[in-house]
Amino acid sequence: SSILHIAAVVVSGTSVVVYMYTWCLSSSIHISAVVVSMFSTIICGFLFLLVVKRLPEHVQVDDPAVVKRLAKKLERQQIPLRSDYGYKVSLFSHLHQYSRKAPLTQQLSIPSTVIHPSIVRLGLQYSQGIVAGSNARSVALLHAFKQVIRDYTTPPNEELSRDLVNKLKPYISFLNQCRPLSASMGNAIKYIKKEISNIPSQCKEEEAKTKLLTCIDRYIEEKIVLAAKAISKYAIEKISDGDVILVYGCSSLVNNILCEAFEKSRKFRVIVVDSRPRLEGREALRRLVQRGISCTYVLISALSYILPEVSKVFLGAHALLANGYVMSRVGTSQIALVARTFNVPVLVCCETYKFCEKVQTDSFVSNELDDPDDLMVTRKGKTQLENWQDVSSLGLLNLVYDVTPPDFVDLVITDLGMIPCTSVPVVLRVKNLDQ
Amino acid sequence: QLEQELVEYFRTQVRQDPEVPSAVAAIRTLLEFLKRDQTGETILGLRENLTQTIRRLEEADSSVAVSSGGELFLRFISLTSLEHPDLSQCKKVMVERGELFLKKISLSRSKVAKLCHTFIKDGAKILTHSSSRVVLKVLESAAADKKRFTVYVTESQPDSAGQMADKLQNLNIPVTVVLDAAVGYIMEKVDLVIVGAEGVVESGGIINKIGTYQLAVCSKAHNKPFYVVAESFKFVRLYPLNQQDVPERFKYKADTLKAVEDLAEEHPMIDYTPPSLITLLFTDLGVLTPSAVSDELIKLYL
Repeated sequence: SSILHIAAVVVSGTSVVVYMYTWCLSSSIHISAVVVSMFSTIICGFLFLLVVKRLPEHVQVDDPAVVKRLAKKLERQQIPLRSDYGYKVSLFSHLHQYSRKAPLTQQLSIPSTVIHPSIVRLGLQYSQGIVAGSNARSVALLHAFKQVIRDYTTPPNEELSRDLVNKLKPYISFLNQCRPLSASMGNAIKYIKKEISNIPSQCKEEEAKTKLLTCIDRYIEEKIVLAAKAISKYAIEKISDGDVILVYGCSSLVNNILCEAFEKSRKFRVIVVDSRPRLEGREALRRLVQRGISCTYVLISALSYILPEVSKVFLGAHALLANGYVMSRVGTSQIALVARTFNVPVLVCCETYKFCEKVQTDSFVSNELDDPDDLMVTRKGKTQLENWQDVSSLGLLNLVYDVTPPDFVDLVITDLGMIPCTSVPVVLRVKNLDQ
Repeated sequence: QLEQELVEYFRTQVRQDPEVPSAVAAIRTLLEFLKRDQTGETILGLRENLTQTIRRLEEADSSVAVSSGGELFLRFISLTSLEHPDLSQCKKVMVERGELFLKKISLSRSKVAKLCHTFIKDGAKILTHSSSRVVLKVLESAAADKKRFTVYVTESQPDSAGQMADKLQNLNIPVTVVLDAAVGYIMEKVDLVIVGAEGVVESGGIINKIGTYQLAVCSKAHNKPFYVVAESFKFVRLYPLNQQDVPERFKYKADTLKAVEDLAEEHPMIDYTPPSLITLLFTDLGVLTPSAVSDELIKLYL
């Protein structure tokens, strides 16, 4: 597409020349006005092409040119390319689909000189699902980066602020190959890169490193730990005695809120809704029951049966998009939809560091495909779908995220307070002003 | 002692000038308190005394506007830094700012009327609920603009505040009083619905006299625009999820709250209308959609 840009510049240049020529030739002002408007629109059109953002590569897997470009970039950074596994459903063929049995680390040479060992470990933990959940992933990422910074030494004739950022780029590509980055991880990485590039050049290396480490600690403390406390404080106001609260899956924030509310002696009971293949609700159930909260456990297929009993629905979020849509675990939008038809208020709890500037109106364009083999289930010694690869017309789809429109969400609780779903761009604007 | 005097002052304000919004009377009382108060030693102490006075006034008149107006006044006078080391200097600055705030909000009703009356077309049939001075001002300015329209006013039980009808007749506007139960019947005849608000909440919904929610649901079902007129000092930091979520201290009149033990027997005086049923809000900050209210609130309170 750089050829496209050069062509655009050339054409706009020639159009300007032609315009000047005709203006000199023509005597009537009327004709030149038309010519002016025509050429200015052409020029504006090409300028727009120059500045428009390109789609990220991980949602263009069916475009061979993009895949070739990605392979070249990874080769340059000396990171192995992970290949897709199994037949992909055509509607989602533009996304990657990896198998958990073929982790990226098998193709790495040991010891790897390019990638720091804590990053390799982190990548493995992501791809095997040992570290899961957006808060856990972000915190693990920040801790791994802290280790990287501790072990870093500036090479001679290089500046720390520029060299460290370049060192981080292959790590981020590697982690992206292991498991696509989440929105919260993206925001954390943006913050770290900004902090690193803001280090003044006369700063000594030890001083710079301690400054970066304290920055990262403060980020974790402010945006994750203290934010959770603030959100619990607002959320507890909305929990009254005698409430029946429905939660879906395992959100660390929602579990935190419920445990705090129970400690403040609010009388409520919880209904945990779960879904295959991840069955994350069991973890949430374990955590809540350990505290002594009375819980009920249902699968998502029993949702409309259980909803008449429910007074409120608390949902966690993976990210909040700029048009007010909530991106969360697949199944969340279904719960919000059914809750709306039963007139049950839906409350989403989300820290502000998960707000991202992306806009999405459907769950197809940007999503994540998990290992399709997870959908195979073994019961009574028989494994269903064992030979699904042999059936040519069969595709298994294991989606990870979906988006919920803002009309289904009544309230979003953030560390800045309680806001309606449509006010997410206001918060983003206020945050940008602060920075 | 001082507090009793202030409550009396507040009551006299309301009695003398029935046109004044209760929030403005509350703010005038708070200014009086600032001028009279001798016991405050620190700014923090002064703020605490002011908050105490607001609580006292809320007990005298439990409308949402008193609470929101008081809180906004407090924020307005103490938000920017007061650098003078001398407390009396600080107090003077606060009093000046308070007067400025009062002047601004006294003009807000006319600002709202100026914005809204252009939405009333010639020959329009308007439905309104209970007696709201802001709506009256709007209809007054529309009549002054030589527009011809008819008004239907609901009877608005339990305290039948339908004195609106007399005031409109004085302005030579043809008015009909309808029963609260006849709202669904009359909806097909009207062109638009305009109501006032006692409080505007964070979600963009409103808290208003009981019966407003029904009005809103009916107008939505008939696809008639539902307009709300409110001054900006009525914006309050509440976020009710449903009718039950509105705090008890706003639902009932102040005397009922003090006198009665078991509030389950009492009939609530207000209800909550969610933002999905409201078309537009006319405020002195401009014409807003319900989702823009949160934007304005963040600007006012942060």
